[in-house]
Amino acid sequence: MDYFVNVTLTGLTQGMIYSAFALALVLIWRSTRIVNFAQGSMAAATTFIALALIQAGQSYWVALIVALASGFVLGAIVERVIIRPVEGGPELNAVIVTLGLFVAIQASIAIIFGSSFQSFPTPFGVRGLEVGGSTIPLTPTSLYVIGSVLVVMALLVALFRFTRIGLAMRASAFSQEVARLLGVKVGGMLTLGWGLAAVVGSLSGLLIAGGTFVWPAYMDALIVFGFVAAIIGGLDSPVGAIVGGLILGLALSYVSGYAPRGSALVNISALVILIVVLLVRPGGLFSSTTARRA
Amino acid sequence: MPDAHGSTALSATGGTSTATRLLEVEGLTSAYGPVRALDGVSLAAETGRITAVLGANGAGKTTLLRTISGLVRPVSGRVVLDGEDITKAPVESMVAKGMAHVPEGRGVIAELTVDENLRVGSLFRGKVDRSEFDRVYDLFPRIAERRNNAAHTLSGGERQMLVIGRALLAKPRILLLDEPSLGLAPRIVAQIFGLLRQLVDSEGLSVLLVEQNARSALSVADVGVVLNLGKVVVTDSARTLMADEDLRHAYLGF
Amino acid sequence: MSDLQSPASTGTAGKASDDAPVKATAGGDAPSGPATSGRSFLPQSTLLRHLLVLAVCAVLAVVILEITSPFQNSQLATLTYYAIAAGGLTVLTGMNGQISLGHGALMAAGAYTTALFLDAEEPLPLPVILLAAVVVATAIGALVGVAAARLHGPYLAGATLALAVGLPGLAIYFHDVFGGEQGLRVRAPQSPEWFDGFIDAVSGNSASSTKWLAYVGAICLLITYFFLANLIRSRIGRTWRAVRDQEVAAELAGINLGAWRVLAFVVSAAAAGLAGGVLAIVVRLAAPSGFTIVLSLALLTAIVIGGLGSLVGALLGSALLVFLPPFVTNLGGDFGLSQTEAAQLAPFVYGVVLIVVMIFVPAGFVGTIRLRWMTRKAKRAMAQAGADGASSRG
Repeated sequence: MDYFVNVTLTGLTQGMIYSAFALALVLIWRSTRIVNFAQGSMAAATTFIALALIQAGQSYWVALIVALASGFVLGAIVERVIIRPVEGGPELNAVIVTLGLFVAIQASIAIIFGSSFQSFPTPFGVRGLEVGGSTIPLTPTSLYVIGSVLVVMALLVALFRFTRIGLAMRASAFSQEVARLLGVKVGGMLTLGWGLAAVVGSLSGLLIAGGTFVWPAYMDALIVFGFVAAIIGGLDSPVGAIVGGLILGLALSYVSGYAPRGSALVNISALVILIVVLLVRPGGLFSSTTARRA
Repeated sequence: MPDAHGSTALSATGGTSTATRLLEVEGLTSAYGPVRALDGVSLAAETGRITAVLGANGAGKTTLLRTISGLVRPVSGRVVLDGEDITKAPVESMVAKGMAHVPEGRGVIAELTVDENLRVGSLFRGKVDRSEFDRVYDLFPRIAERRNNAAHTLSGGERQMLVIGRALLAKPRILLLDEPSLGLAPRIVAQIFGLLRQLVDSEGLSVLLVEQNARSALSVADVGVVLNLGKVVVTDSARTLMADEDLRHAYLGF
Repeated sequence: MSDLQSPASTGTAGKASDDAPVKATAGGDAPSGPATSGRSFLPQSTLLRHLLVLAVCAVLAVVILEITSPFQNSQLATLTYYAIAAGGLTVLTGMNGQISLGHGALMAAGAYTTALFLDAEEPLPLPVILLAAVVVATAIGALVGVAAARLHGPYLAGATLALAVGLPGLAIYFHDVFGGEQGLRVRAPQSPEWFDGFIDAVSGNSASSTKWLAYVGAICLLITYFFLANLIRSRIGRTWRAVRDQEVAAELAGINLGAWRVLAFVVSAAAAGLAGGVLAIVVRLAAPSGFTIVLSLALLTAIVIGGLGSLVGALLGSALLVFLPPFVTNLGGDFGLSQTEAAQLAPFVYGVVLIVVMIFVPAGFVGTIRLRWMTRKAKRAMAQAGADGASSRG
């Protein structure tokens, strides 16, 4: 029973990270109809910036803030310089550009920071909390992960629901031309959207790195998990992305925890889940319109 | 093809020669690749009047509006709004200059609620007093009831009311409307056109109206411009055009 | 310009990539029609023409392999497996408008199959083993193809990315069979006696194992491209282009889009399997680290540079994959980068090339040259027609 609870909590914690990453993909997809395959590499780049700061003696929190800020700048620059020319063009061109960015950034990280495994710190312990004399399988680190993702999601909801700039961003995402006719500076909103998405992506990169090792390609699996989570949710829906991330996190945690030598099967399980969802409900589990073409 | 006798005909619009030319289009030519959608179009929309641009499908009506608001960049020609050359101005700046364009297919942002649609329309003005929204809702009680519903749940007529209301919140001097009657029941069309007339007469709004439904459009408009294959065929008062049976048969389909 | 290789684009796009598959016919435009009749000394039949080109290329291959050093021989062997896989990807992406990041994984399937078969006490003949590699990769490709047939663009890219990241996990899970992270060492097949005699007769060089492998690669490459070139020129190729360019029209014409997309996936998977087999014997190792996502992206770079849809382009792009890494690695070394850092310059360049080509010359290099050429031809033709019209009026 304890083991089941433990596996479940691990799944939820990982799932929160997948949710955040999926959310970043969805934010970009909604505004530009592009799946940003470079998201993982961009997040990895900011994680390595944070690591460099920590190794230089800065605190985790300073490193976190600098990393998130550099994520924003990176996302904004990428949109302005590299994505803008292929926006609205053939979808294959945009896919190839983000893939090119994916490998180019990953290689840059290796050139600048080296390609060896390096340990990344976590600001909190990884031992189970003590409640009434018994240890429960919930660590301060997993609480930190869940809490920070929830905070970011709440901030995003507040931005989109209650602010004028959030409304302008939504209008730009749903209907660029109408938004422009209504005086919304759509180009700026798209840049802002990519920047914000990159911040969320960076956060998931930093969280997944906490207490473990990083190397230039450490986000490769997370791109797949984030993509699968976003697809489960229908790629269009932020709420769907969050739920999709939690479902995937739980599913993969159960595979890893219960199948013999299951950890080797995690990636292939994500593939199987993706294929099943795409074949059975290409519009995602939560979309009301199944007619959308995948 | 009858030659354009339009340039001088504007003075024939019922004698009010005091009207100023708010929006002027001079020799506008737009092309999609090798195809010329507009071929040297010149026309003007006067303050406090409804100018209807008529013509068959493919005459270049929609391209005309899209070129005026900058969504399509012309090959040659000028667009002048109240003396200012806006030919090369960014699309986003048009509404602040006093020109509101309601595009083809109405341009409701389906995913947003009715109220959010209205708010997007006033975003560029900064903080807008809530009473202005109430005024739009007073004008269109039907959409007031549904202010918190997603816009995709609205009927065609309600959508048209929403986008006109949204355009009004921008406090425009001139309103560009692309086929507002499309797909609407005649009763709703009459209601919307009647409201337009009222706004023009009471508040001095100017309207440049593009319509395939020439009969309805001419019944509300002051001036009519007939486009055919990207060229202006004739410009005259709505009443004169209505009376010209040959022209109606040839270009307006009624 | 930017929509030249779009799966959804129409008209000129179809023409621009409706390319001749091999050098000798690089100007050939429409698959049929009078344009080809008066111009060429080559045979009328596509098959005969391709056979002739095949023979020329075979002679050329022997010449190249005999005048180059053993090191260059091994580079050329590497070139052959990249080119085989890129040729297959060209059919999928260029002809049919589908993208795949899973071709590295399909190559792995071919490589592991080859490694396992060669490990037997009495290995089967090499052609049979390579055929087995093709069959295994084709079977997996069919499976993936069925799932992928309904997908497009980013969805397909994501799904095949999941394949690329997921499949190596199987090698680790079944480590008793596939050797886990370490992978399988591959026994190099021995060159047959007739080969030694052949090389001795042609050039007097010694028939080393490296040379034999380069020849195996070259033979596989020639067979693959001959097959693909004919396929592209056939009714099947035309249907693929129709599925890519005129999806709705093709569907209305009763073409089963899904089935044709699966077929494209199967054909390109077969090529990837063969490429994996050749890779296994050339590299002598089949390990998960050899089939990372970077391999799939490198293949994509090769066909993007070549201009999606051209076999010649795929071949040239593959040459870049072979000759660029040592070049930029040396360059990096000159600029003071360490060995491991400099080794990352190649993937960095692949990424930059993908971005730059897509933004500035989306038709690729071969495609752009061909487009220029065709535009000039069209202008001349129009000028000619204009002159004719004027004289007939006058």
